[in-house]
Amino acid sequence: MHFLKRFGSALLTLLVLAVFLAIWVMLPWPGVVALAVALALWMVATRRGRQTWQVTRVGLSTVTQRLGSSSVVVVGIAGVVGVLVAMLAMSEGFADTLRATGNDRTAIVLRGGSQAELNSILDRDSANVVMQAPGVKKDAQGRPIASGELVVVANLPRKGDPQSDSNVPIRGVSEDVWKLRDQVKIVEGRTFHPGLRELIVGKGAQAQFEGLDVGKSIRLAGQTWTVVGIFESHDALESELWGDTQSVASAYRRGSSVQSVTVLLDSPTTFDAFKANLAADPRLKVDVSTTREYFGKQSEGLTKVLRAVGITVGIIMAIGAIFGALNTMFAAIQARAREIATLRAIGFRGVPVVVSVMLETMLLALLGGVIGAGIVWIVFNGYSASTLGANFSQVVFRFHVSGGLLWTGIKWALAIGFIGGLFPALRAARVPVTTALREL
Amino acid sequence: MKYLHLVWAALFRRKARTFFTLVSILAAFLLFGMLDATRAAFSSGGSVIGVDRLITTSRYSIIQSLPASLATRMQAVPGVKSVGYANWFGGIYQDPKNFVLSFAVSDNYLDIYHEIVLPPEQRKAFEATRTGAIVGEALAKRFGWKVGDKIPLQSTIFPQRNGDKTWPFDLVGIYTPAKGAANGTDQQFFFHHKYFEDANAFQSVGTTVGWYVVKLTSPDKADAVAKAIDALSANSDHETKTQTEQAFNASFAKQLGDIGLIVSAIMGAVFFTLILLTGNTMAQAVRERTNELAVLKTIGFSSGSVLGMVLAEGMLLLLLGGVVGLALAGVLVPIVAKGSGGMLNLPPIGTQTWVLGIVLMLVIGALVGALPAIRAMRLNIVDALAGR
Repeated sequence: MHFLKRFGSALLTLLVLAVFLAIWVMLPWPGVVALAVALALWMVATRRGRQTWQVTRVGLSTVTQRLGSSSVVVVGIAGVVGVLVAMLAMSEGFADTLRATGNDRTAIVLRGGSQAELNSILDRDSANVVMQAPGVKKDAQGRPIASGELVVVANLPRKGDPQSDSNVPIRGVSEDVWKLRDQVKIVEGRTFHPGLRELIVGKGAQAQFEGLDVGKSIRLAGQTWTVVGIFESHDALESELWGDTQSVASAYRRGSSVQSVTVLLDSPTTFDAFKANLAADPRLKVDVSTTREYFGKQSEGLTKVLRAVGITVGIIMAIGAIFGALNTMFAAIQARAREIATLRAIGFRGVPVVVSVMLETMLLALLGGVIGAGIVWIVFNGYSASTLGANFSQVVFRFHVSGGLLWTGIKWALAIGFIGGLFPALRAARVPVTTALREL
Repeated sequence: MKYLHLVWAALFRRKARTFFTLVSILAAFLLFGMLDATRAAFSSGGSVIGVDRLITTSRYSIIQSLPASLATRMQAVPGVKSVGYANWFGGIYQDPKNFVLSFAVSDNYLDIYHEIVLPPEQRKAFEATRTGAIVGEALAKRFGWKVGDKIPLQSTIFPQRNGDKTWPFDLVGIYTPAKGAANGTDQQFFFHHKYFEDANAFQSVGTTVGWYVVKLTSPDKADAVAKAIDALSANSDHETKTQTEQAFNASFAKQLGDIGLIVSAIMGAVFFTLILLTGNTMAQAVRERTNELAVLKTIGFSSGSVLGMVLAEGMLLLLLGGVVGLALAGVLVPIVAKGSGGMLNLPPIGTQTWVLGIVLMLVIGALVGALPAIRAMRLNIVDALAGR
């Protein structure tokens, strides 16, 4: 009978835990605030609540005497939250950068089945057919606003490591590119002159790779090119070097062919018609997508991997942290066993004891979560990194520690605190008073 | 060693606490094992099999091809045993998600990459079949390919002369990489460069190759030969960059991102927490046993052996948790690798990881044991027994 009772209560505890975690994961922030307010009200308004507050105060005032073991909870949870938030910030930053590159007003056309610009090729005739297709916006002179582009890859050393080679994308663009990509602004120097071997450099590329300041020259395809300007766009284009399509094509012997055509649409709604039109054209075999779709797809794989790795590492670390918290809190109630037993002997009920132990753990956890998330925010928000992207070349992106991620981190911290506090709390309330009083 | 039972008894004096600590240690070393496997997967530069090979690529860009005429001139460089070449194909099988690492290779490629072990009769069949292809066993397993299958691969880059982007291949061999081959060798797909040139709409026969592979007569000539090869094309419009295969692989892995740095940062955070956590446990354990330690000293245990016992306790704690954690990682890593469907080629946990892991366990164990051990050593019997 006794065994059955213990088994039942253990099962019940696990069930409560599972339900709590399920609700917790889905709970939006107003829900959490409501919970906190409800708890505060309960502690102020009811007798039980006030008792809880008193017991918690006693517990918290002794934390300073247990600084070493309490810091295990704080540091352990700060570690979990820090690693989790940093990994997710990397994943989110990469996705944000690529997502910002595309929009619904412009469409990109590649040779069928190419997947990335680097693999694609369109001859001059096909490119012209695409540019003249209905649905493409015309300028004042009646010419379509479109850019036939080339992407080639050059080896440049990374900053501070002159021996290294990084694949840096070089994009040949037409003059219309400024109308197509209005987020791109020259922030230093000027733009390139068509027909000359001049380049403008994205801010991201300038920060990551050696020798890309205005006025410097670099060697590409055996020729000397001059950097004449720096541009800013807050997206993946910032990782690139831009030159005139014709100059890039002649340097890399591409003749009159291009790799992709980007067009400005009359409006986002004309995309379907534009796409259907090109698909029906027997002269062409092309893939048509909005730039939002095209760049969005490029971030999918890596974003998913980073998220999965971040969460897996987070879970394993969380298991370690939970057991660390369990240790600390069991030791804490052990140290206070007599005091808790005395309280219970003079009439305090189980609930205040349970809630106060949990509250103490969760406050420590919250502190850990805030420290972990805060450190990551200070160190990594806006931190610039790069990786190999779809065009077999470097994409420079910035870590993005958003409010949502910080919140996720805090939620993890509180969940770890909840689990780590629950079992010691129940033990504290359950130990027979006589046993506890006798124990030294 | 003769005090092992004493150390053991001390360790399990409070079973719950030791168990909780062990689970934390286990989690830390599980993570260590898995992250180290990830790091190893991205740094294939460690393979010693390729020390006598150089890779020659275009100096300016990995995507620029090199003239085929360079081969005979490279062959004449002293110290060069043979020169092979290859081209990137960018193949996909049926669905864009099924990316296949596929290369068009010269006839002598398999002699240069001797870790690609093919049964003799399959090797003969490969040489005799124009559209023949050989694949690594892991790749064959992934798609359920068997020798004799006709495999259509789509190239994301090269159409055939008739405009078709699907290239038919006859699978004539499945190879097993020799021991020590670079991680991922069993995931590759090779076919004849001759077929590639003949049928390729973008390329005329015998004009260009993607990159060269040079086999050296001896590894210590690498630097001199690399310089001599690069000198052949200096100041031309197709300058080359020649480096050892290891350097080439390492520089490529680096482009993906500094995986090693990320892994070290995570493990730094994990081990810092672990030291704090187990250090706290040890301090508690020793504080509780002050009386017992005093008794030990009273009955004649020297201060040194008390010190040793507490240190041993810390190390034993770490070893117990750590070894189980690493063993668990050894079980989980192949499962994760399999679950990723060929995306992540995690190598199994090797001796190197085990050695590093055990050293870490011992060091951390000694570290967390040190303070309590010194306290125990300095314990004054009279004060301790009097409870002062």
